Amino acid sequence: MSNEQLRLGFEGFELKAEANVPDGAPRPWDLDSKLRVVGTDVPRLDGEDKVTGRARYSYDQRFPGMVYAGILGSPHARARVKALDTKAAEQLAGVLHLEPLGDELYYAGQPVVGVAAVSEEVLDDALAAIRVDYEVLPHVVDTDAAMAPNAPQAVPRRGGDGNVVQGRRDTSGDGDAKVAAAHAAADVIVEREYRTQVQTHSCLETHGTVCRWEGDQLTCYASTQATFAFQNTLAQALKLRPQNVTVITEHMGGGFGSKFGADAWDVFCARAAKATGRPCRLMLTRKAEHLIAGNRPDSIQRCTFSASKDGKLLGAEVHSWGTGGVAPSASIANPAVYAFEAQLSDQHHVLTNAGAARAFRAPAHPQGFFALEGMIDEVAKELGMDPLELRRKNDPHPVRQRQYEIGAEAIGWGRRKADGAGEGPLKRGLGVAAARWKHNGRPGCSVRCRIGKDGSVFVASGAQDIGTGTRTLLALMVAEELGLEPSAVEVRIGHTTDPYGHGSGGSVTAPSIGPVARQAAYEVKGQLLRAVAERLGVEAGALALEGGQLTGTDTPLPFAKACALLPVDAIEATGVGTRELFSMPRFAPEVAGVQFAEVEVDVETGLVRVVKVVAVQDCGLVADPLLARSQINGAVIQGVSYALFEQRHLDPKTGAMLNPNLLDYKIVGALDVPEIVAIPFSVANGISTTGMSSLGEPPAVPTAGAIGNAVANAIGARVRSLPITPDKVLAALGEV
Amino acid sequence: MSTPEPGGVSRRAMLKGAGAAAFASVLGRGVQAQDGEEAPAQPKEEGLQSRGPEAVEVVFTLNGEETKLVVEPRVTLLDALRDRVGVTGTKRVCDRGACGACTVWLDGATVNACLLLAVDVAGAEVTTIEGLAGEAKLAPIQRAFVQCDAMQCGFCTSGMLMSCAALLRDVPRPTLEQTKHAVVGNLCRCGTYPHVFHAVQEAAQ
Ligand code: FES
Ligand code: FES
Repeated sequence: MSNEQLRLGFEGFELKAEANVPDGAPRPWDLDSKLRVVGTDVPRLDGEDKVTGRARYSYDQRFPGMVYAGILGSPHARARVKALDTKAAEQLAGVLHLEPLGDELYYAGQPVVGVAAVSEEVLDDALAAIRVDYEVLPHVVDTDAAMAPNAPQAVPRRGGDGNVVQGRRDTSGDGDAKVAAAHAAADVIVEREYRTQVQTHSCLETHGTVCRWEGDQLTCYASTQATFAFQNTLAQALKLRPQNVTVITEHMGGGFGSKFGADAWDVFCARAAKATGRPCRLMLTRKAEHLIAGNRPDSIQRCTFSASKDGKLLGAEVHSWGTGGVAPSASIANPAVYAFEAQLSDQHHVLTNAGAARAFRAPAHPQGFFALEGMIDEVAKELGMDPLELRRKNDPHPVRQRQYEIGAEAIGWGRRKADGAGEGPLKRGLGVAAARWKHNGRPGCSVRCRIGKDGSVFVASGAQDIGTGTRTLLALMVAEELGLEPSAVEVRIGHTTDPYGHGSGGSVTAPSIGPVARQAAYEVKGQLLRAVAERLGVEAGALALEGGQLTGTDTPLPFAKACALLPVDAIEATGVGTRELFSMPRFAPEVAGVQFAEVEVDVETGLVRVVKVVAVQDCGLVADPLLARSQINGAVIQGVSYALFEQRHLDPKTGAMLNPNLLDYKIVGALDVPEIVAIPFSVANGISTTGMSSLGEPPAVPTAGAIGNAVANAIGARVRSLPITPDKVLAALGEV
Repeated sequence: MSTPEPGGVSRRAMLKGAGAAAFASVLGRGVQAQDGEEAPAQPKEEGLQSRGPEAVEVVFTLNGEETKLVVEPRVTLLDALRDRVGVTGTKRVCDRGACGACTVWLDGATVNACLLLAVDVAGAEVTTIEGLAGEAKLAPIQRAFVQCDAMQCGFCTSGMLMSCAALLRDVPRPTLEQTKHAVVGNLCRCGTYPHVFHAVQEAAQ
C-alpha cells in the first residue's frame, strides 16, 4: 500500500482525498492526471466491422447442415394442454426434432412445443401442423382487474392468495408516523395518482442462440448481455460443467436488460442440436420477443408530497402497484434524489397472466421518476415557486447543482412562460427532471493483456458489448498505459474462454473492467520495461512508454523495436479486479444527471412534439466522449419513445397482445427525434484507479419526467399517465 | 417461423400462396439448394405460369456477381440472402416491412428484402451492405458512420446505411429534413439517429 493525494471533483468544486493504492497498482486518475487518449473522441474500434456487414451476430452464424428451431407459443393467457397431436408435423419431410415444452400455461406465448427442421419454411409448416387441444382457463391481464377481490389467481404463489404481493416497504426514520408528522407540519400537501404503461424491450436482434456440439463440448453463439451468466445457466440446465459450455458473443443486437442467462428456448436449442447431431439456430420471432422476452412493468403510484411555504420538502409518501406479469417485480424508484424530511415507499407487485418483466434500462426509475418529478412540479405550483428553484433548494448532490446551471443555460430556462400561457393552438413548454444512479463499478473481473515480441498488443476479456463500446474502452485503457494509439491494440471480447467479466447489468461494465484493463497493461508494461532495461543495462525506473516509443534511453526506441528485445516470444499479465482496486475515496455517493425538455403541444389535436432535450450527465471520468454522447442520445430517445408512444396493449377479454409487432407497437422514429444536446459531464470521482462510473442507465431515468413537466407547462394542465397521447392531452384540457 | 395470428394468416403463409402463382424465370442449373430443396425438372419456355410449391431456380446479380439459387417460391429475398447465399450483413428484425433493417437496393432503389420473394428478383441487380463500397474499402458514408459513431449495437446499421447511401447518391447535399425522411423507415432501438444525421452531413462534404 502507498498513500496518494488525489484531487477529486470538477472545476469549481474540488476536494483533496487520501487514497490507499495497493502495491503494484498505478496511481489513480484524478484531476491532475495528464491523459492522452482517454477523454478524447475515439471512434469505436469495431465500427468498420459494423458498417460493412462483417460483424457477425448470433443471428448471422451459419454452419454446414445447420437446422432451424422454433417454438409454438400458447395462444391463450391461461390454459392447460389437454391433448397434443404432433403426428402430422413429425411426418413432414425435413422435420428432425420435436418436443413438448410445457402444458400448464400462465401467459400467452409461453412455449408449448419446440421444433427443429431443415429450413425456416419447413419449420413454419411443422408449427402450423401441430394440433393442441387447450382447456382454456380464466385469466386476468389487466393490473386494476387483477387487484379486484375475486379476480382469477393469475399464477399460484407461495405463502399467500390473491394477485397482490407486498414488495419493498421502507421508511426513513422510524416509520409511517414520521411521514405523517412531516405532512402535519407542512403548509402545502399535494396528493395525486400517476400511472405508467408496460414497455417492451424490442431489441432489434431477438433473443436466441446458435448451438453446436463437438462430442460433449457445447459452443453457443448467444445473443446475451452476460456471457458468463449464460454459460452458467445453460450448463446447469443441461447438467454439464460450465467448462463444457463455451459462450461466444462478439456482437449482439441490443439487450437493454432483457438478455442475461439462458432461457428455456436456448436450452431447447442446445437439446435440439444434440438430438439432431447438427448445429441448431433458434432466434425468437418478433411476436414472441414482445410476449415472452421481457418488459418494463407498469405502475400506479399514489403520491402524497408535502412542503413548507419557504420551499423545504417535508414528507413524501408513495403507495404503488404494478404488474410484471407472472413475475412479482414491479418496483419503482420513488421517492428518490431530494432531501425529504421523511419518506415512505410502500410497493406492491400485481400478478397477471402476461410474460414476465425483466430488468429494463434503469429498472424502476423512468416510471418512478415520471411520478416523482411530476409531484415536485405540482408542489412547486402550489407554492408558487419556480420548479427549478424548488429542486435546487432540496437537492443535496453537488454535481447536480452545477448541472442544473449548465442545463438551464443550454435550454434557455429564462424564457419559460407561465403554465398554459401563449396565444394560438401551438403551445411551448419547458420541463426539468433529475437523474441518479449508483456508482456501479465493482470488483471481480479480470482482463488479460499480452505484448508480443513483434510489438503486437492483445487484450482479452470474456465480457460482452451491449452496444456501449466495450472493445474500444479496453483498447483505450491499454493504449493510455502503453503510450500507444487505441487502434494499435487488438481486442477480443465475448468468449467465455477468456478472463471473467460481469454481465452488462446496472451499467457495471465500463467502470468494472476499465481499472482491471489498466491494471493488466500496467503490469505487462512493468515486465517489458524490466526486460528491456536488463538487455540495455539501464535502470528500469528510468524508462517509460510514450508516444509509441520507449523513452529514457539515449535515443528513443520505437515500441516494436523495444519489444524485439524481449527474451521470450510474448509477455502477459492478467489484471485482477481486487476489492482494493475499487476502494479509493469517492467524491460523491451517486451518479448525477439532469435533463431539460422543450415541447410543443397542439391544443387542438392534442399532439405533443418534443423539440429539444438537454441532457447533462455525469459518469465519473468520461473515457470516450464520442461514445458517451451515443449512449446519452440513445437513453434520451428511448425516454421520448416511452413518454409519448410505446405501450403494450393486451386485450382483457382474450388476453392476447394486440400489437406484437413493430408496426403497431410504436417506437419513436427519425421524424420524432428531438434536437438533443448531450453533455457528458466529467467528474474526477475516485472510486477506482480509473475513476470511471456508470453511464448506460442514468440518462434513461429523467426523460419522461422532464417531458411530462414540459407538457404541463405548455398547456396549463397535467397528464399524469404515460404515454402522453393526444386523447389524454385533450382530456386534461377538458376538451373530451 | 411465424405462426398464424388469431383470425388471420401468417405473413409467410400468404407469401406461400403468392409464390405458387409467381412468375419465375428459369435459367441455368440449381445450386446451393438447402436440404429438401431440389429443383424439379421445369419447362424450358418462359412465360406466366404456375411455380412451386417446389423449389425453383432464380438467377440475379448480387453485388456485381451472377448468383444462382434454388429456392421455394415462398422464400423471401431476405432469407435467401442470409440463409442460402450466406450474405448476412442484411438483418432480419421484424420480417414484415416495419423496421428497414433488411433494406437493400433492387436495381438501385431501396427495398425491404423481407417483403420481396427471392423469385421476384430474377434478372435484377441486388446490392447489399457487402457491396456498397464496390471496389473501395469503405464508401464515404460508411467512413462517416464510423467517424461520427452512428451506431451502437449495430443491428440497424446495414439498413440505415443503405438508405443514407441512396439518399446521398440522389441528393448529394441533403438537408436535415431530407435526411430524416430518408431513414424514416429505419428503426434504431439504440437511438443513434442524431449521429446518423451528423454522418450524412459529414459524408456530403
Ligand atoms: S426485417 Fe424487413 S422491414 Fe423489418
Ligand atoms: S444501433 Fe442498435 S438498433 Fe441501431
